[in-house]
Amino acid sequence: MTSPKLEIDSVSKAFDEKVVLEDVDLSVGLHDVVCLIGSSGSGKSTLLKCINLLVPIDGGNIVLDGEAITDPGVNPNQVRQRMGIVFQAFNLFPHMKVIDNVTLGPRKVHGVDAAAAADTARNLLDQFGLLDKADEYPDRLSGGQQQRVAIVRALAYEPELMLLDEVTSALDPELIAEVLNVIRDLKTSGMTMLIATHEMGFARDVADQVCFLDAGRILEQGPPAQIFKNPAEARTRQFLQRIVEAGRL
Amino acid sequence: MQRQFFSWFHFKESFPDVASGFWLDIRMFLVAEILILSFALVLAMIRSLRGPAFFPLRAIVVTYIDIIRGIPMLLLILLLGFGVPALQLSGVPTSRIFWGVAALVISYSAYTAEVYRAGIESVHESQRMSARSIGLTQVQALRFVIVPQAIRNVIPALLNGFVSLQKDVALVFVLGVREGLREADIYNARTFNYTSYVVAAVLFLLISVPVARFTDWYTERDRRRRQAMST
Amino acid sequence: MFAAKQKWTRVLVVLGALALLAGACGGDEAEGVDPDVSCEFADLNLVTAGTLTVATGEPVFPPWMGVGDDVFDVPESKTGFEGALVYELAAKMGFADDQVTFVRTGFDEAIAPGPKDWDFNIQQYSITEAREEVVDFSQPYYTTKQALVSIGGTAVIGASSLSDLADARLGAAIGTTSFDFVEDVIEPNQDASVYDDNVDAIAALVAGQLDGIVVDLPTAYFMTAVQIPEQGADGIIVAQFEAEAQDPDNYGMLFADGNTLVSCVNAALAELEDDGRLEALEDEWLEQGGDIASISE
Repeated sequence: MTSPKLEIDSVSKAFDEKVVLEDVDLSVGLHDVVCLIGSSGSGKSTLLKCINLLVPIDGGNIVLDGEAITDPGVNPNQVRQRMGIVFQAFNLFPHMKVIDNVTLGPRKVHGVDAAAAADTARNLLDQFGLLDKADEYPDRLSGGQQQRVAIVRALAYEPELMLLDEVTSALDPELIAEVLNVIRDLKTSGMTMLIATHEMGFARDVADQVCFLDAGRILEQGPPAQIFKNPAEARTRQFLQRIVEAGRL
Repeated sequence: MQRQFFSWFHFKESFPDVASGFWLDIRMFLVAEILILSFALVLAMIRSLRGPAFFPLRAIVVTYIDIIRGIPMLLLILLLGFGVPALQLSGVPTSRIFWGVAALVISYSAYTAEVYRAGIESVHESQRMSARSIGLTQVQALRFVIVPQAIRNVIPALLNGFVSLQKDVALVFVLGVREGLREADIYNARTFNYTSYVVAAVLFLLISVPVARFTDWYTERDRRRRQAMST
Repeated sequence: MFAAKQKWTRVLVVLGALALLAGACGGDEAEGVDPDVSCEFADLNLVTAGTLTVATGEPVFPPWMGVGDDVFDVPESKTGFEGALVYELAAKMGFADDQVTFVRTGFDEAIAPGPKDWDFNIQQYSITEAREEVVDFSQPYYTTKQALVSIGGTAVIGASSLSDLADARLGAAIGTTSFDFVEDVIEPNQDASVYDDNVDAIAALVAGQLDGIVVDLPTAYFMTAVQIPEQGADGIIVAQFEAEAQDPDNYGMLFADGNTLVSCVNAALAELEDDGRLEALEDEWLEQGGDIASISE
């Protein structure tokens, strides 16, 4: 058996006195898609930011391809270049055109020359139906388009791993589908992904593994069929019950 | 009495000297402003760097800004303009204009750095995070993502600084430099007529009023644009 | 301070000149001598009969009085320009040397109106219209000349003509006769630098931003003796200028308002001027016997 792409080993994190992650263990295999579910404040988002080293952890290890990326000697910029992260609020750079948003990382971080970076970017934008938006500024795009650009921006430097943080939460319902379809395409292409989401139907369809987080702990994890049909924990059942009542499953 | 303050004869008589002095003011202003805008930006960027590794640099910049903002501009001009050349260090320039402009740059950079910093802090944290997430270093994130947005937010404040500097340039007269205000002073001392000051005032206004109008226009346009964007 | 004083002085001199023009009535006598006042020794109007009581400052200093290692602040030493002048005037009026007594006063208190317990006061008083309203002055015994002050190692050291100063970086205080003198008489290629006061000009000189400062000669003495050494440099009077400035300061002896003695002192002064003694004293004491170079053209 091959070693996992990403391994999270008893990671803890507290902001001041408030514990947000407690002894989290999680393993993501190559080409796997793992969905993190749980109520707001359960720690999903923080976990993704910890993996991207945007938030330093207090204890434990995060291991990428066998290398502990949370070791003090590791250059976080080099680690970040290997993974893409997309946020709930898109966070495109408003002062740059779409094409420049996408090429900034490859040009400045990976030293790709401007023409080559632009070629790659246009190919990606084309692939995601955004080619005609290349020379627009982000504020001219719909939310769904902006979020797709954000995904393209993360893909532009060919990450080995994608971290998606509630990427549909800020979108109007009619725009959610276009973003989810993009993620499905990514799965098809074999991208390893860790996805925090409220879209249970989507998680059920796309995930190889589903983890239920509650108050900073992974309470239950398993294949979607098991978690959604036969949750072992009472808290998981309660959570799913609320989701069903809200009409989101 | 009126002739004391405005006489056409004295206006014409004093204009050439005051205008040539004012031209020196403008040149000093332009050089100083370019240096201030660049140096202050470097200061503000250093001050915005995070993490313990940058603590010594940050501390130096904070100390610099605190000290310089606490020293009256005129004192700094005298200190550098007379004091440093008097040390007679080899290789150190003695030019009054050099040190006068240097004093302006040193002083205004401290204030301008704080303007930039306010701009940098006005850019939402998620932009920094987003920039770092694609692998940019702190400095790259500041340079390509944060600062361009920050500057747009503080252009009105920077323009106010322009107007203020354009007037303060005249302070180098204490070093014996014959800029516009000083030429007006000389004319007045000779003739006891204040019209030369009116000439100087008119010249200063010719620059500062348009800049002030432009600042207002820009601020208003920016406000409208933001309103349009948020709807 | 200095600049402001000189500025006002100039207004007053101008006003004074106008007043003189308006009231000009002409006369054959030496200026300031009233033919109705008797200058016989016995008739002199003195505060103490038979003694000339001369007031001066405390301390007195070179080059005006008490010049020499052993005679600092000793007006009776007959040294210095004013010291020597007092005794020569006294002699002309019929006093023996031991009939001359010195008393000390402050500079400003002597100008205040009211009776005086001395006959006249001599400590470089500039004759001004404002002062003339409350006290009387003798005719001028000295008209200030402009001088060039520098420190060692500058380009103006050894200058002997105006053309030697063509490329010099010169400075002066704003509103002074000296500044106008630089602009109108010396006319250097590079505009003169202008300072609020002499202290700032000295700072620029010591900082190497100037080659020289133009001031009147008495001020030049004060600068080189006191102000420049305070800045840790050696002051040098490079030269004095023969050309007269537009509105030079005139020094006069100060008398209580209405004192008739002024007429007799003026008569004595006119004699000293006529027989060349006054100029000789100036040469000896103020130009250091010719040690200070003179620039005439």
